[in-house]
Amino acid sequence: MTEYAAAPVVAPTLARQSLFRRLLRNPVAVAALAFLAVVAVVAVVGRWIAPVDPTLSSLQLVVADPSAAHPLGGDSAGRDVLSRLLSATQISIAGALLALVVALLVGVVGGLIAGYYGGLFDTVSSWLTAIVMALPAIVVLLAARAALGPSIWVSMAIFGVLLSPAFFRLVHVSVRAVRDELYVDAARVAGLSDARIIGRHILGVVRAPIIIQSAVLLGIAIAVQSGLEFLGLGDQAVPTWGGMLNDGFAQIYRAPVLMLWPSLAIGLTSMALVLVANAARDELERSAPRARARRPPAAGSDTRVDRPAMILHPDDRRTSALDTDVLLRVRNLVVAYDREGEGSTEVVKGVDLEVRRGEVHGLIGESGSGKTQTAFAILGLLSSGGHIEAGSIEFAGDRLDEGGEGSYARVRGRRIAYVPQEPMSNLDPSFTIGSQLVEPMRVVLGLSRGEARSRALALLERVGIPDPAHAFAAYPHEISGGMAQRVLIAGAVSCDPELVIADEPTTALDVTVQAEVLDLLRDLQRERGMAVLIVTHNFGVVADLCDRVSVMQSGRIVESGPVDAIFDHPEHEYTCSLLGAILEDGDARKPLESHKEITR
Amino acid sequence: MTALLTIEDLVVSYPKKGFRAAPFRALKGVSLDIRPGETMGLVGESGSGKTTLGRAVLGLAPVESGSIRFDGREISGLSRRERRALSSDIQVVFQDPYSSLNPSMTIGSILSEPLSARGVSESDARGRVAELLDDVGLPSDAAQRRARDFSGGQRQRIAIARALALEPRLVVCDEPVSALDLTTQARVLDLFIEIQERTGVAYLFISHDLSVVRHVSHRVAVMYHGEIVEVGNGDQVTARPVHPYTQRLFMAAPVPHPRRQEVRRVERRRLIDAQRTPSETTSAAAL
Repeated sequence: MTEYAAAPVVAPTLARQSLFRRLLRNPVAVAALAFLAVVAVVAVVGRWIAPVDPTLSSLQLVVADPSAAHPLGGDSAGRDVLSRLLSATQISIAGALLALVVALLVGVVGGLIAGYYGGLFDTVSSWLTAIVMALPAIVVLLAARAALGPSIWVSMAIFGVLLSPAFFRLVHVSVRAVRDELYVDAARVAGLSDARIIGRHILGVVRAPIIIQSAVLLGIAIAVQSGLEFLGLGDQAVPTWGGMLNDGFAQIYRAPVLMLWPSLAIGLTSMALVLVANAARDELERSAPRARARRPPAAGSDTRVDRPAMILHPDDRRTSALDTDVLLRVRNLVVAYDREGEGSTEVVKGVDLEVRRGEVHGLIGESGSGKTQTAFAILGLLSSGGHIEAGSIEFAGDRLDEGGEGSYARVRGRRIAYVPQEPMSNLDPSFTIGSQLVEPMRVVLGLSRGEARSRALALLERVGIPDPAHAFAAYPHEISGGMAQRVLIAGAVSCDPELVIADEPTTALDVTVQAEVLDLLRDLQRERGMAVLIVTHNFGVVADLCDRVSVMQSGRIVESGPVDAIFDHPEHEYTCSLLGAILEDGDARKPLESHKEITR
Repeated sequence: MTALLTIEDLVVSYPKKGFRAAPFRALKGVSLDIRPGETMGLVGESGSGKTTLGRAVLGLAPVESGSIRFDGREISGLSRRERRALSSDIQVVFQDPYSSLNPSMTIGSILSEPLSARGVSESDARGRVAELLDDVGLPSDAAQRRARDFSGGQRQRIAIARALALEPRLVVCDEPVSALDLTTQARVLDLFIEIQERTGVAYLFISHDLSVVRHVSHRVAVMYHGEIVEVGNGDQVTARPVHPYTQRLFMAAPVPHPRRQEVRRVERRRLIDAQRTPSETTSAAAL
């Protein structure tokens, strides 16, 4: 089947380890976490380890220099700076935490409910969120202070509400995405209550992003809170980092060093929080699955075994009547993907393949057999980490694998064309069909705009599109999947290639559309005498189109020959098992006998 | 034999995007019944409404009118709470074995989830999970592993085990083998049949593939544009269809044999020409 079927197996074991454990392997994150741990300890015990009462003034200490008794000196009111710094940590951190908790409560709960149930609550809360986001936080906080007094707790709680949209939107989006997952439907059908579904299936998905967002917002909360206090709008009665900064700023000419300590506390704490958040995001992104379609399948071991001989059937009447000139010759092709860490995994393990001029060659196999990787290697389109480890690819006498990217670029699109599996994802949604057909013809064939346009229209008509002019001006989303595949076929043959490589060209299509597309491929192939290498898992498609077939299993071709020979006298055990699994020939199930009562 | 599930004149509409846009009618008056222990195959192409019909039976699609009766009791338009009580009778196996299992949970907890939701004790649930894994042919140590450790076919076995956990009387199977390889597909289909013969569960078996449906179904219904166009015994519908659309569908599937496919291709062209002529004359008359 489709290649992505095997992809999730490769998901690195990394993903299973907890985020925290992975962070411990990142030196920056370790340093930041260590600093935050110190801040946390000081926040808890700071008030008790402070050598002096932080509010006690002494005339001797007014802007005093550091001394043995007062290692950081005294401030403008003659209070011990070290003691103030230690106690301020508790209040500053507690204030920021209060804002975070409020934001979490409002944002996460609201986001979960709105995202999961949708409906009116979703509409109203999304509106409210947009309004809150539009409000300038500082202005709101200033107004709140004027109305409610200078309490740090009140202003931080309000700031929490102002921060909550960050969580709301994050949770909302994630929940909306997960809500449509089949496993959530399955849980509903299994009779789980909503609370249980949210707790077990949905919260897990948003947990990591919430933690990262929390670290960022905590830093913002500290900065805003300190900012308010620096402006002198905080509670003067309690020591805070911002308050100390305010005091130090007032004394900037007499004792500039006074500003240093609160600045360091604010700056380093905010920085550590952001660094931790960044490192966590990096780790998550690294373990997130990459694009599915092109992932290398996790086939087999990397120990090279001696290749078992491939069973090669001699030509029969049908195939010997065709041209015997070999257009594409692949010899002992080995494709490997680098593994994270060390070594590499072979996905194609020594493939020999010959495609003759003007023949339709089927490459059939199950998911993970390496058939798509073989096709991509011929096209020079292996995804990152993939490379040709050994063997040769010869096209019309030229070695493609030796000349680097340039030799592929010379033939791709000109002499070798490609028809993909997913028609929709292979058309750029932001360009019209016409421009996507015209552009390659202008580049490759050097046609003028007008010539290319009339040629494109003729091609669209040729591939059976009812209203070519309309399709030419349409965007991909305006046409059906079957039409899109016809457009891609038109594009593939537009530059008169000698070889078309079609990777599961009808798998994504309905069976009636598939029949039409197969007819089209056959007719075009006969008209133009081009060779076609068709990668498929469907024996019906092979039977319909192909002259010769190669059967692929775990990175090797096990049997190859004329289509009649493969269907009538398969010799390899694997080919036999594939043909045996075909259901078409089986008997239909008999209707349920009405007299037979079934008891449970 | 009375029907286990009776669907009558069912209409399902989805709201379309845009202000005052007419809703999209996915099902336009569908009637169907399934007997206890029977497999009703449901064939159709993408957009024909076959998946919507399955989701309506599961209570996951908005029913506009018509009725769905299970064991004589109306089940469309139930509240979430009432619906939950029905979960022991109607279960589901989805198409995509990759997204239908929560990647962050172990197989054991995926399988015991429906059990513990009904108050089964943890040790009883563990025993039942071992039984279920055995039933679907998976090793018992699978319970400690996660979905990503399994191949597509094995995952589909897990999904089947989850569906069977509560011993349902009807399982909606939505394209359960479409994402599987040919050889795996045959084995999973045989598992479905074996389980049915052992437990007497009924299936609503949705697929786009006539040969798959033919293999498992006692009766087959064909959907086209939100309507059922043909219902009958499996052999009749999948080998000697009567409705023009079913005939086209039947002819379109390529036979996995080169010479027979050549014959089929000619027959198909002939059928399409034969079907085109009368419809073109009627449309010409309408103009």
